[in-house]
Amino acid sequence: MPPGLKGGRFLLLLPALAFVFLLFVYPFLYGLFLSFTNPAGSPTLANYARFFLDPWESRTIWVTLWIAVPATLINVALAIPFAVFMRHGIRGEKIITFFLIVPLTLGTVLVSEGMLTYMGPNGWLNQLLQAIHLVGKPVRFTHNYTGVLLSLVIQGFPFAFLMILGYVSGINPDLEKASQMLGASRLQTFSRVLFPLMVPGIAICFCLNFVMAFSVFPSAMLLGEPSGPTRVVAIAAWQWAFEKFDFNTASAISMVMAVIELIVISAVLVWRNQMYRGASMVGKG
Amino acid sequence: MKDFTQFVVRNVTKEFAGKTALSDFSLTISHGEFVTFLGPSGCGKSTALNCVAGLLPITRGEISIDGDPIDDGRKKVPPEKRGFGLVFQNYALFPHLSVFGNVAFGLHIRKLPRAMVRDRVLAALRLVHLEGHEGRFPAQLSGGEQQRVAIARCIVLEPRLLMLDEPLSNLDAKLRVEMRNELLALHTRLKVTTIYVTHDQQEALALSDRIVVMRLGRIQQVGTPQQVYSDPANLFVADFMGFKNIWEGELESVQERVGGLDAQIGVSGLRLRARLSYPEGDPRRAALVAASRGDRKVSTAIRPEDICLGRNPDGSSVRAQVSLVEYQGQSSFVTARAENGMTIELKPAAPVRMADALELAIPAEKMFVFAGGKD
Repeated sequence: MPPGLKGGRFLLLLPALAFVFLLFVYPFLYGLFLSFTNPAGSPTLANYARFFLDPWESRTIWVTLWIAVPATLINVALAIPFAVFMRHGIRGEKIITFFLIVPLTLGTVLVSEGMLTYMGPNGWLNQLLQAIHLVGKPVRFTHNYTGVLLSLVIQGFPFAFLMILGYVSGINPDLEKASQMLGASRLQTFSRVLFPLMVPGIAICFCLNFVMAFSVFPSAMLLGEPSGPTRVVAIAAWQWAFEKFDFNTASAISMVMAVIELIVISAVLVWRNQMYRGASMVGKG
Repeated sequence: MKDFTQFVVRNVTKEFAGKTALSDFSLTISHGEFVTFLGPSGCGKSTALNCVAGLLPITRGEISIDGDPIDDGRKKVPPEKRGFGLVFQNYALFPHLSVFGNVAFGLHIRKLPRAMVRDRVLAALRLVHLEGHEGRFPAQLSGGEQQRVAIARCIVLEPRLLMLDEPLSNLDAKLRVEMRNELLALHTRLKVTTIYVTHDQQEALALSDRIVVMRLGRIQQVGTPQQVYSDPANLFVADFMGFKNIWEGELESVQERVGGLDAQIGVSGLRLRARLSYPEGDPRRAALVAASRGDRKVSTAIRPEDICLGRNPDGSSVRAQVSLVEYQGQSSFVTARAENGMTIELKPAAPVRMADALELAIPAEKMFVFAGGKD
C-alpha cells in the first residue's frame, strides 16, 4: 500500500469516495443493469436490438459523429495557433481571454438563444452580410447542421484554447531558443519541438472536447433540426426516456454512447503514445 | 559556416522598457579564445550573451564578425543564421527526443545524409564520453549527463562561436570540478572560440584566457585571470575576487614615485601603510592623487591570505582578538576584531583559538587602495 493510504488517513478519502459512488458508480451500474433487463426485471438484449436494428435509431450514431468530430477538430485546430501565438503573453491578453471565456460562463441555452436571434434569417449577421453584398439572400445559420456545429465551436473553442494555452505556456521557453540556436526556423521549431511537446495536451483536449460535443443535447434541440438531420444520440435517449417512458432502452442508448466515447478516447490516446514516447519515460529530472 | 578571426562587440547597449541592462559593452574576441563574462546576478552578463547570440536585439551599438555587422541595432542576423552554439543553464534538452535525436537535431535541420548524421552524432557523443547512451531520453539521465548531451548537441554542428550560460551551476560541487576540467580539455582539443558566463570566480579563473568582470550592466575590468586576480581595477573587482578585508578610511598622505605610490591611510584611528604599484597613467593612481586634494575618502583592500601573524618589517602591527574560527581543512578561516573596532579576516599559518589575542602584520605591498568609499 502506498504510504499515503496507510491507517487512519484512508478515512479522509471516504467522503469523496462515497460521493463518487453515490453520484457516479451506482447510477452507472444501475443504468447498465437497466439496459440489459426488460421492465419486468428479467435479462434481455432487446433494448440494444431495438436501437441497433431500427435504422432511424442507429443512424443517430453517425449523425452525432458527423457533428462531434468536425466540431472537435475545428476547436482543437483553431486553439493550437491561438495558444502558440499567445504562449508568452501578449498585450491585451486579459481582454482577449475575457471575451473567450464569456461563452463558457453563459451556458449553452443562453448562447443558443442568442444565436437564434443574432444569426437568424433577419438577424444582425445576415443583415450585415447582405449590406456588404457578400450574400444575396439570408443564409440559414440556424435550425440546421450549421447551427449546431457553430454552437459547438462557440462553446468548445474557448475551452480548447484555455486548455492548450495552459499546456503550451508550461513548455520551457529555452527549448525554443535552443532549437533556434541549432539552426531551426520558426516553422521547424514549431513542427519539431513545440508541436510534439504539445501532443499530450492536444490529445487530452481533443478527448474532453469530443465527449462534450458527442453528448450535445441543448444546442441540437434549440439550434438544429431535432426531428431529423441533427437528431443526435442524446436526443434519441431522451425521447425513449421521457416521451416513450422506456428507461431500459434509454439506458441501452446511453451505454452505446459511453462505449463510442471510450473507443474514440482510446484511439486518441494510442495516437498520443506513438507521437510522444519521451513523456512516458519515468526518471529523475 | 565560415570561421572568423575577430569578433567585435562595440558600444552595445541594451535597454528593457527604459531600464539599461547593458551599457556601452565593448569587447574584441580573437579566434580560439576562451572569454568569460563574470559577475553577480543582475550584472548583465546573460544579457550580453543573449545579445551576442541574437536572441535579444540590441538597442544601440554594433556586433560584427571580421568587419561584417551581424547586429547594428536596426538590422540583425537571426540567431539560427549566425552559426553559434549555446549551452543553456538548464540544458534545454528536448524531452521528446532521445540523446541521439537531441544531438542529431541541428544536423537534421541541415538535411545531412543519414549515414553522415550518424557518424557525426556518435563522434560528438564519444567526445563527451557518452557513447552507448544514444537511445536514452533526457529524463533518464543525471544532471552531468544531460550537460554533456547539451554540449555534444552544440559542438556536433562545429559552431564558430560556442557560448555556455552558467553551465555548471546546477551540478553538485564534485561534478562541477570534473566537468570544468572536461570543458578545459575539450577547449584545448577543439580550439573553438568560447564565451562562458558564470558568477563563480573559481570557474572563471580555471577556464579563461580572458575574464570580463561585470557589474550593473557595465564592464569593470577585462584581463587575464592573473591580472583580474592579483591586480583588480577597482573596489568591486577586488571585493568579487576575494579581497575580503575592505576598510574605508582617510587618505592621510600620498607620495608618487616611479611605477607606483606610497600612501598612508587612517582607518578609525589606526594608521596603515600601502606600497602601491600603480604605474603612471593608471586611472587608480590619478584617482588617488585627486582624492588627496579632495575629500580624502578611500577604501583599502587586502586578501585574508596576505595578513600574517607577527609584525611588519618596520615594527608596526595591529592588535586584534579572535571572534570566529571556521575550520576549512588545510587552514582555518579566522575573523578577528581589531582594537579600533574594524573586522579583520585572515587565514593564519598557525592554529588559533577563539578569543586569542593576536598581533597581525598587514603588508604594505599587498594592500590595494581605491579612491572613494564602498559604493
